[in-house]
Amino acid sequence: MSLLSEVPTVHALSVATSQLDSGDTAWLLAASALVLLMAPGLALFYGGLVRSKSVLNMMMMTFGALAAICILWVLVGYSLAFGDDVQSGLIGDPTQYAGLGNLMSADANGDSTVPLILFAVFQGLFCVITGALVSGAIADRARFGAWMVFVSVWTLVVYAPVAHWVFDFSSGDHTGGWLANRVGLVDFAGGTAVEICSGASALALALVIGPRIGFGKEPMRPHNLTLVMLGAGLLWFGWFGFNAGSALGANQTAAVVFTTTLLAGAAGSLGWLILERVRYGHATSLGAASGLVAGLVAITPSCGSLSPVGSIVMGFVAGVVCALAVGLKYRFGYDDSLDVVGVHLVGGLVGTFGIGLLATAAAPTGVDGLFYGGGVDQLGRQLLGGGVVLAYAFVLSGIIGFIIQKTMGFRIDEEHEVTGIDQILHAETAYDLHATSGARSETSGVLTQGGLGA
Amino acid sequence: MKLVTAVVKPHKWEDVRVALEAVGVTGMTVSEVSGYGRQKGHTEVYRGAEYDIALVPKIRLEIVVDDGDVDAVVEAITGSAHTGRIGDGKVWVVPVDSVVRVRTGERDDAAV
Repeated sequence: MSLLSEVPTVHALSVATSQLDSGDTAWLLAASALVLLMAPGLALFYGGLVRSKSVLNMMMMTFGALAAICILWVLVGYSLAFGDDVQSGLIGDPTQYAGLGNLMSADANGDSTVPLILFAVFQGLFCVITGALVSGAIADRARFGAWMVFVSVWTLVVYAPVAHWVFDFSSGDHTGGWLANRVGLVDFAGGTAVEICSGASALALALVIGPRIGFGKEPMRPHNLTLVMLGAGLLWFGWFGFNAGSALGANQTAAVVFTTTLLAGAAGSLGWLILERVRYGHATSLGAASGLVAGLVAITPSCGSLSPVGSIVMGFVAGVVCALAVGLKYRFGYDDSLDVVGVHLVGGLVGTFGIGLLATAAAPTGVDGLFYGGGVDQLGRQLLGGGVVLAYAFVLSGIIGFIIQKTMGFRIDEEHEVTGIDQILHAETAYDLHATSGARSETSGVLTQGGLGA
Repeated sequence: MKLVTAVVKPHKWEDVRVALEAVGVTGMTVSEVSGYGRQKGHTEVYRGAEYDIALVPKIRLEIVVDDGDVDAVVEAITGSAHTGRIGDGKVWVVPVDSVVRVRTGERDDAAV
């Protein structure tokens, strides 16, 4: 942008039709692909955490959410979130960008340096990862069809309005959402809209659907921690697209955010490891992976507001706090199977509230928190924003889940849950590791075609 | 003929194999199994939740031998699998009525 303004006469013609910056556009294209990679990353992370009899269903909930949300987002979700405000900063005009057809022309980009259709897709992938995160609370026991209905309705009723409140900034004659514009909430990449929203939705769903058979009594060990480590690594990689991509440009802000994202992940991992080494006697691989994610969750809203050292403090605190918070489910008896609440809700609250304390005006968002002489004003805005999103996502997700439970049913049969959801729901087995599995008898050596359960 | 079955610690299995070869055993069937005895299981910690894992991994080996070789085979196993700590395993011997070698159809002593 600064280069363009220095040589206005040369670029006058092209500037008149489009302000697109190829560097910004290239980075956002790459960042969007990185955010997409978080979906299989999460599928591996979650898949490794469940027992071997339900790993495919766990991964399918992420892949199913990916497919459904991408389409719903383009059809109507983006308009609900980023269309002109219809009422009081609560919801966007659902028809304005329906189908994204009117974003195909560069004329639609206004003074944006990136194509709006790319921005729309980038934002849609945020919704994908948020929805997929929720599935961690209902491992091993949810009907796949019911999950698909839930995550679809949730996209339009829960995520799209919250994204409008938090991410839709007013500009020119466009009016956005109330938390971003009227309250002054600072949430760079989604501590409220993504992390708190997914965690609160997960808690509601875990309560509606009830605990797994044997929860708290039988050991439910992660079946493959190498998948978990790989998934965590891919999530971190994708998170650079998530956070630094939210700068919407290849610029100084993106570089600062990239740095804080790197540091918070590292510090989160260390924080969790130290806590568990002191408290339980062992530094575990699952602790390293979980702490990494906890640090990244907390830096998501705050990545544009902290100094590099501030991001280390933020990540470390999140690692320690989340390592303690994952024990809450045993105390209160809710089966948030893969700790969406303990890591994403709690980590999101740490990051969102922490901005009110640790933010420095030297960072891109330009706000001082309490510890940098900014007083308690910003902390108040953060508490309001985080609290409202928590309450809204919890109540609405609970209602959607309850209606599905009462109508089509959300849980599989007890017997099926014990046998294994992969075999029953998807007619597949994740791992075929036996020498005998390739055996075919000479006399009946014809594979049955299409006659399952004949 | 006798069937000698032994359950030993997985990390001692290579020592046992070498010791058995030294007394002339040329083959055996080996399975990875799990179980528990006085050794009990162990504790694992996942995100702060402690799980008691009851089953311990073991190696089970099965050898059919001539009656006259039983003592040497059992001694080779017990000598090589021994650590002196709980969980070293067990060896037991049962009589075998008949044996057939699938490839040649040889029976009993010729098939062992």
